[in-house]
Amino acid sequence: MNARDAILARVREALTVPGPGPHQRAGEMSGHGAAPHPQPLPLGNLPVLALEAARPWLPDGGATPAERLALLADNLGKLKAVFHRVPTIHAAQDLLFSIARERDWKRVAWHAHPLVEPILSGIPCATHRVDGAAAMTADPATYSSLRKDALEACDAGITGCDALIAQTGSVLVSSATCGGRSLSVLPPVHVVVATPEQIVATLADAFDALRERHGEALPSMLSFITGPSRTGDIERILVLGAHGPKELFVILVG
Amino acid sequence: MPPHPSPTATPRPDHSVDSAGGTEASAHGAKKRFLHDAREYVRDTDHRAFLRRALAGYYTTRDGQKARYRDWEHARDAANLAKWNAVNRLDEMLVRFADRFEAGGGKVHWARDAAEARTIILEIVRAAGAKAIIKSKCMTTEEIHLNDALEAEGYGVVESDLGEFIQQLRGEPPFHFVFPCMHVRRGEISKLFEEHLGSAPTESPEELTMIARRYMRRLYVEADVGITGANFLVAETGQISITENEGNARLTAALPRVHVALAGIEKCVERLDDLAVLLPMLATAGTGQPLTCYNTLYGGPRAEDECDGPREMHVVLLDNGRAAILADPEQRDSLQCIRCGACLNVCPIFKNVGGFTYGTTYQGPIGSVITPHLRGLGDWNHLSQASSLCGACTDACPVRIDIHHHLLHNRRNAVRAVPNRLERMGHRMFAAVAARPQLFAAGGAVFRRSLWLLKKLRLPLLRDWIASRDLPGAPARSFRDQWRHRASPAVARGRTDADGRLQ
Repeated sequence: MNARDAILARVREALTVPGPGPHQRAGEMSGHGAAPHPQPLPLGNLPVLALEAARPWLPDGGATPAERLALLADNLGKLKAVFHRVPTIHAAQDLLFSIARERDWKRVAWHAHPLVEPILSGIPCATHRVDGAAAMTADPATYSSLRKDALEACDAGITGCDALIAQTGSVLVSSATCGGRSLSVLPPVHVVVATPEQIVATLADAFDALRERHGEALPSMLSFITGPSRTGDIERILVLGAHGPKELFVILVG
Repeated sequence: MPPHPSPTATPRPDHSVDSAGGTEASAHGAKKRFLHDAREYVRDTDHRAFLRRALAGYYTTRDGQKARYRDWEHARDAANLAKWNAVNRLDEMLVRFADRFEAGGGKVHWARDAAEARTIILEIVRAAGAKAIIKSKCMTTEEIHLNDALEAEGYGVVESDLGEFIQQLRGEPPFHFVFPCMHVRRGEISKLFEEHLGSAPTESPEELTMIARRYMRRLYVEADVGITGANFLVAETGQISITENEGNARLTAALPRVHVALAGIEKCVERLDDLAVLLPMLATAGTGQPLTCYNTLYGGPRAEDECDGPREMHVVLLDNGRAAILADPEQRDSLQCIRCGACLNVCPIFKNVGGFTYGTTYQGPIGSVITPHLRGLGDWNHLSQASSLCGACTDACPVRIDIHHHLLHNRRNAVRAVPNRLERMGHRMFAAVAARPQLFAAGGAVFRRSLWLLKKLRLPLLRDWIASRDLPGAPARSFRDQWRHRASPAVARGRTDADGRLQ
């Protein structure tokens, strides 16, 4: 018997012995300081989707576009990301260029994207496009190190996003729509440009947006980015910029 | 901060036993070491104060995040449901995950035990012609001692997670499976980096982090193979999900040509939507964050129309004793663990004896529950005694595993397997006496008068108990006698006010 069949046989054998059902103890806990619950958890008829059961109890994502925007801005601030809302592409350019000058950026990396391209045009520094024709057709044996070095030397990565999540202050990027896997994590600064329509309430809504956009064929990588890279490994003290970007800018246009 | 006198208990690589057999620790060895190390760590009050300080910030941020849930207790029910569903249909979940993942262009490997998993990963590394390997944090690789196996074959492997990197340089296993170096002070880290990386000494956590960051960047670019773990396997979409904060796992799965992920078979969830519940709860319980910094799903290697990413992706599914836990319906739910580490952070035993004392890959209450199953109850049953049964772990668990009752079950099972004759005789004698009121009164009288003698004699059975506890003196009169002659008329009438206080 090969390992696959052996493991599956063990698992099936183990599951022939019935076990207890899922725990539903929330009601019992209400006497111990928790607020009394207005309605019991609808778990009567299993199987119920865990998400449907959880949705009313998870952190709020905002009911209206205005609430979602406010929540997103608030969460990004708490995460030590920098949030800007600008009215036009022109204003976004002014903002980005001033950041570039202030930080003396020499080269920024970007990918083809309907928002990124116009905002970047005229930036006072060199640019490096990660998804150019050369990158897409390069020989796998040689494609890697030169391109990785080029990206590693950039001061910032500018990307679009698939969604912004109000509930958690997250930015959803994918390998298919945001310039691959490394653009949003290798350079020391990550700038995200987005439109207000891309704001969704919760993680679950972001999954819905993904399904709507990509159908069954999801990109090979999807990443929820929640603030700049961080670590607390040394004495549990927060430090930003562990391995990923030290700074995360979210620029909302419109 | 003054230099910290190290406890004499030396942290050691954990003495694991592959489920296949081979034993490194004898039954009494593991227990003896536990007792010795526990004593040493408990004696070190500086160390305990340091751990408490490190955890204080966690309690604050965790409580702040929990308050953002409209109802944390109900959300726990739902998180439990998501994992219960997958664990109780595990065969179906695994098949669906494997089929979907392979449809995305990746390869699934199955490993019955640690040795098989090591062989599979070594073969992948060899076939890739790897010169350099970079790893992100993965407790399952600690479980199978992957780094030792890779190094024995001459492959250099670098841990990229800051805490794991520090532990790798120190030559120690992780102290805590979420906070690997929470026991190490910044001064020690500065010295360590000075010695290994030639950096200048500094007391700043930020500068220390940047030293590791600079050191690691070349390694990401140069590594041929990236090894990660997986926090979840999504059956519906054939994706693995990785939760992290530093971005090192993102880089490990983006830059090398080959990506290998090792995951226990219990990591399955049925739907992508389940992660909308589990990801925030894992972060809140584990580190007190709304969501950790990077939560990333990988469905396979780089697609044709994508501009970077590995050319090959492998997922190694590991059993290594997990099916044995599944076969015990009473403790099946311990497979629902999402390894957030919340039970360690609240455990009075962990806070006092520290992570190394356990001598296991998974420390703390959940480690004490599953290790006897993974490595044999006989050798590791002492871990189920390493609990005050206070239930703090069960209350902290975001997926509602009944941790402290499982420890109690393990104690019961161990007694059934190897009955303690002396203990049983003692209980029988007590039962016989307690069932006869006159004998009980007489026995009590004798005991009250001879308690001082028992303390003085330091009988072998009582010695360990008394060594760390103050035994109060015996009262002159028995409780029953005091009750019979109680003075207060209020007590006699049993009158109480609205709050239940005696009037």
